This record gives sequence, C-alpha cells and structure tokens, in this order.
Amino acid sequence: MTIDFGPVLEGFPRLLSGALVTVEVTVAAMLVSAVLGLAVGIVRLDPRRRVLYGAASSYVAFIRGTPLLVQLFILFFGLPQFGILLPATACGILGLGIYSGSYVSEVVRGAIQSIDPGQTEAARSLGMSRAQAMRKVVLPQAFRRMLPPLGNEAIALIKNSALVSLLTIDDVMREGQRIISTSFRALETYLAVALIYFVLTNLANQFLRFLERRMQVEGRR
Amino acid sequence: MISVIGVKKRFGGHEVLKGIDLEVRSSETMVVIGPSGSGKSTLLRCCNCLEVPEEGAVRIGDVTIVEEGVTVPEAQLNAVRAETGMVFQSFNLFPHMTTAENVMCAPMTVRKTPKAEARALALELLAKVGLADKADVYPSTLSGGQKQRAAIARALAMRPKVMLFDEPTSALDPELVGEVLQVMKALAAEGMTMMVVTHEMGFAREVADTVVVMADGRIVEQGPPARIFTDPQEERTRAFLRALVDGHLAQPAAT
Ligand SMILES: Nc1ncnc2c1ncn2[C@@H]1O[C@H](COP(=O)(O)OP(=O)(O)O)[C@@H](O)[C@H]1O
Ligand SMILES: [Mg+2]
Repeated sequence: MTIDFGPVLEGFPRLLSGALVTVEVTVAAMLVSAVLGLAVGIVRLDPRRRVLYGAASSYVAFIRGTPLLVQLFILFFGLPQFGILLPATACGILGLGIYSGSYVSEVVRGAIQSIDPGQTEAARSLGMSRAQAMRKVVLPQAFRRMLPPLGNEAIALIKNSALVSLLTIDDVMREGQRIISTSFRALETYLAVALIYFVLTNLANQFLRFLERRMQVEGRR
Repeated sequence: MISVIGVKKRFGGHEVLKGIDLEVRSSETMVVIGPSGSGKSTLLRCCNCLEVPEEGAVRIGDVTIVEEGVTVPEAQLNAVRAETGMVFQSFNLFPHMTTAENVMCAPMTVRKTPKAEARALALELLAKVGLADKADVYPSTLSGGQKQRAAIARALAMRPKVMLFDEPTSALDPELVGEVLQVMKALAAEGMTMMVVTHEMGFAREVADTVVVMADGRIVEQGPPARIFTDPQEERTRAFLRALVDGHLAQPAAT
C-alpha cells in the first residue's frame, strides 16, 4: 500500500470550499448559541420565576443528556413529519446552536454568579433597573471570566460541526468523503481534513488569546 | 425626610429587626451605633429596599417606598433609589470602569445625561472629594480611602436628597479614616440629610444631630450625642460604649 496525496491535492479546492461552509455553519451556530446561552443563563439565575426557570432547566438537561447526532436527526428527519421542512443548513446551524447554547448557558450563569452581589447592590442603589445593572455592571465583568470557557465551547463547536455532513451539508467533512468515494484514498484525505480542522481550531484559539489580552489591558484590576 | 415606622425584618426564622421607629429630618445627620449583628446594616438597607421589611413602612421624602411588605412599583422605587445615595463598607466600585466612569455611569444610564455633561459633573464631584487627579485611573490603583471617596462621589452624581452610609470607614487602615470622615463632615455641613452607621465616636459627637443605639434588632436609646455619650440612660448603651473604648485602647497602633 502506498501513500498518494495526489487525489487530495487535486480535490483541495473542494476541501477549501467545504471548509468555508464549515466556518459559515459554525459562526452562525455560535451566534445562535450565544443568544440562547445568554438568555437561558440569565433565566437560570432566578429559580423564583418558576415557569421560565423550569423550561430553561429542562432544555439544558435534555440537550446535555442526549447525543448531538440524535438531536440533528430529529431536526432534519423528524420535524418534516409535522410539515416543518427546514433546509439542511438551517437544521445544522440550529442543531449545533441549540446544543452549544446549553453549555454556554452554564458558562454564563457561572460567570454571573461569580460576580460580587455588592456590585448589583451598588448599581441598584444608584437607581438602575435590574436590566441596567446587569448590562452595565455585571455582564461586562462576567464576560471577562466567561472568555476562557467560551473559547473551549467555540472549539468544541467547530469540531462537532463535522456531524452536519450527515445532514447532506457540503462541509469540509462531506467534501472529503466525496474525494474518498472516487479515489479510495481515505487516510490521505482524512489527514487533510483533520489538518483543516486543526487550523480552524487554532485560529479560534489565537483570536481568543487576543481578546483576553485586550480585555486585560482595558480593565486592569 | 426618612421615616421608619414599625419596621420588622426576618431572615428565615430569625427576626433581625423587631419593630424600629425613627425619623431623620431634612438636613439632619443620624448616627446609628450598636454591637455587630444588632441589625444596623439591615435597617439601612431597608431604607432603600435592598432588603424588603415584612412589616411596617419606610418613607423617603413623600414616597412610601414599602408598606407591610409591599414595595412601590419598580420604576418609582428606582427613582427614589436614585435620590437616595448609599455608601458601602466594601466600596463596591465598578472595577471595569475608571473612577470618572464610575461616577458617570448612573447619570448616563438612569437619567440619560449626555456624556460630556456627565463627565463635567464627575470631574466636579471628584474634585470635591479630593480626587481630581484620579479621574482616569482604575479603582484597583486607589487606596482604600480614595476608593471610598470615589464611591461617595458616585452616589452624589445622582444629586441625592438623602445619603446612607454603612460603616464607610470600617474597612480602612486607621490613617485613611480621617480623609473619608472629612468628606462626610463637609456633606453634613452643606445640609445633606444623612443616616450613618459607624463606630467613629468622634464623628458622631461632632456631626450627629441624633445618635441611635441599637441592640438585638431594637432601638435601645436615642438622643443628641451629648446626652448619649455623657449620660446614657440604658445599661446596654453603657456596656456598648465601654466595650468600644476598651476595644480602642486595646489597639495601640490606632491613631
Ligand atoms: N441576607 C441575610 N440572610 C440571612 N441573615 C442575615 C442576612 N443579612 C443579615 N443577616 C443576619 O441579620 C443579623 C443582623 O445583621 P446586620 O444587619 O448586618 O447587623 P449589623 O450591621 O448591625 O452588624 C445578623 O445576625 C446577620 O447574620
Ligand atoms: Mg453591618
């Protein structure tokens, strides 16, 4: 058995266009995840709002307790039974976002709870509403503490996005499989695909380091 | 200006305030003293509804902010709080904002004051508390005394009618206490209505119109400082003052 990177190199433009799809799906899913995670994380701060809190907690428990692949299949193959026929890309983005959001919500909640309650009290004593205190005082401080764990979630999201290839989305994984189906060069192709994921996760890592450094300069404690 | 009427507050099964009545008239300074755990902080926090008392009422100016456990609507409560400055033992400055931004934040957020105007106000107030040169540094670089003066400026930025101080100098090194008390004295002299929890008896003698002695969730005794300090009627007041003096004598480094 010889090693032959020829077919992969030949198909490399297709891998790159797949990588672009991977980036698009991941970035869009990050947005869904951030919005959902922030909302759910904040709702889960206060058990006294029973209905909201219950709904948010059930979401987190269910999503964390079931495989992402099953969740994606429910969206893609299950929902059409109810006449809800979302495009594959939408299913991929939503599925990944909903999944990641459950983890992000715990990061958000933990970071907010780690901020001294005296900060909120000072803000409220100045006449700020609950929402204003959260926005101006608590969240900016909590965000600094969220960054490292959020980085881990972002990287997990990039890697998990490979599963959307099973929803017929032409991401880097699926383009790789296409190359293999004609060339039968699995090892070489998967190595190239792995390399692309590795580059993406590394870029994300660098970007986060950059953000962390900037925040430290801005808000020296 | 501040009326506390029959206020009771419990945490779980533990009754911390057992029926408090007091009145701080406009432009007067009330000093609250008493042993640790007697409910002084809780009383102060009831005065801006950071704690909601289950019974009794609290009136600030002409707004009854809480009555029998029911507070005024959120918007109205926020408006009253904006005019009721509070200064905490642990400063609670916002660490992600510069000193000036700390002072500007509430006017800009709550009153929608334009940034330039808020900044001018902040610089004016920081100058007033002796921090003109610290406007653009972060709180982490300030000494305790400077932090507390910045916190006072932050509260003043809302043009409060009333100021509540909860042991503002207790977290400070002894040599930094004076600079904070100086700012508070100046405020009192300007006619600010103040309610101050403190163990600084010199301040109480000099500035207070009324001294309130609390113990175990009740007011033991209240009156002008001259009487409370020279001729206390209640044994618990005497015991507390004695303990305080002993405590000070036991700290040779205190000046
Ligand atoms: N949030 C709270 N939850 C439960 N107990 C509290 C709370 N705040 C204060 N207490 C209790 O109330 C009592 C009075 O506290 P506090 O008002 O802080 O007293 P002081 O300021 O006079 O030292 C203490 O026994 C304290 O443990
Ligand atoms: Mg206290």
